[in-house]
Amino acid sequence: MPSIDRPLSPHLQVYRPQITSVLSILHRLTGVALTFGTLLLTWWLVAAAYGAEEFGYAQAFLGSWFGQLILWAFTFAVFYHLANGIRHLLWDFGWGFEIEQVRLTGIIVVAFAAGATLVTLIAAYAVGGA
Amino acid sequence: MEMRSSLGRVRGLGSAKEGVGHWWAQRFTAIALVPLSIWFVFAAISLIGVDYATFRAWLAIFGNALAMTVLVGTLFYHAYLGMQVVIEDYVHHEPARVIALLASRFIIFVLAVSCILAIALVAMGR
Repeated sequence: MPSIDRPLSPHLQVYRPQITSVLSILHRLTGVALTFGTLLLTWWLVAAAYGAEEFGYAQAFLGSWFGQLILWAFTFAVFYHLANGIRHLLWDFGWGFEIEQVRLTGIIVVAFAAGATLVTLIAAYAVGGA
Repeated sequence: MEMRSSLGRVRGLGSAKEGVGHWWAQRFTAIALVPLSIWFVFAAISLIGVDYATFRAWLAIFGNALAMTVLVGTLFYHAYLGMQVVIEDYVHHEPARVIALLASRFIIFVLAVSCILAIALVAMGR
């Protein structure tokens, strides 16, 4: 391989974090996190096929404080990735590339994700009684 | 004019002509996952704390089994496409990249089959 001695961009460490860059990497981080989250979904479904005892283990874990914490994190990740994914689809159609639009839609995405997570949390505790 | 070096050509560098299909598949699954994931959140809330028999009865309803199967298939396909992009972007060591790509593809395939098999067995009352 030829040695490459020209500078290779981007030098992330010299950039100040901005809403554009932070939300961009957050889309990937939530995507990867949700991919690992499918392990829980698989466990839940497979446990239901295995039997009552195994399903009980899965439900008990998901109902524990640690399980609930993970589920809330995944709830936020789902809503963030969903909203930011729609933002990406709008970009694919060529809409929203002005810097002010990018900033505004970014704030909307974060606000939606936080709000939807909160509403889900309230609904979940209303249904499940904690 | 050929812009690639002889070595680059031999090693198959450059476009594999698969990018457009990948791009469309990622967008198509993304659009499908919008209603599916919203359905899943509502379903999951309604299923909080239910016992074994109740959950199996819920999953045995055809519409629920169908939606869950479509969700799982779409979700794992989308997850695979996404993981592929992330691995290709960040894993620079070539052997590690190939192993990571193959491993992620295999693991996601096994998870998807496990989910679909589990849904089918529960839906058939097994």
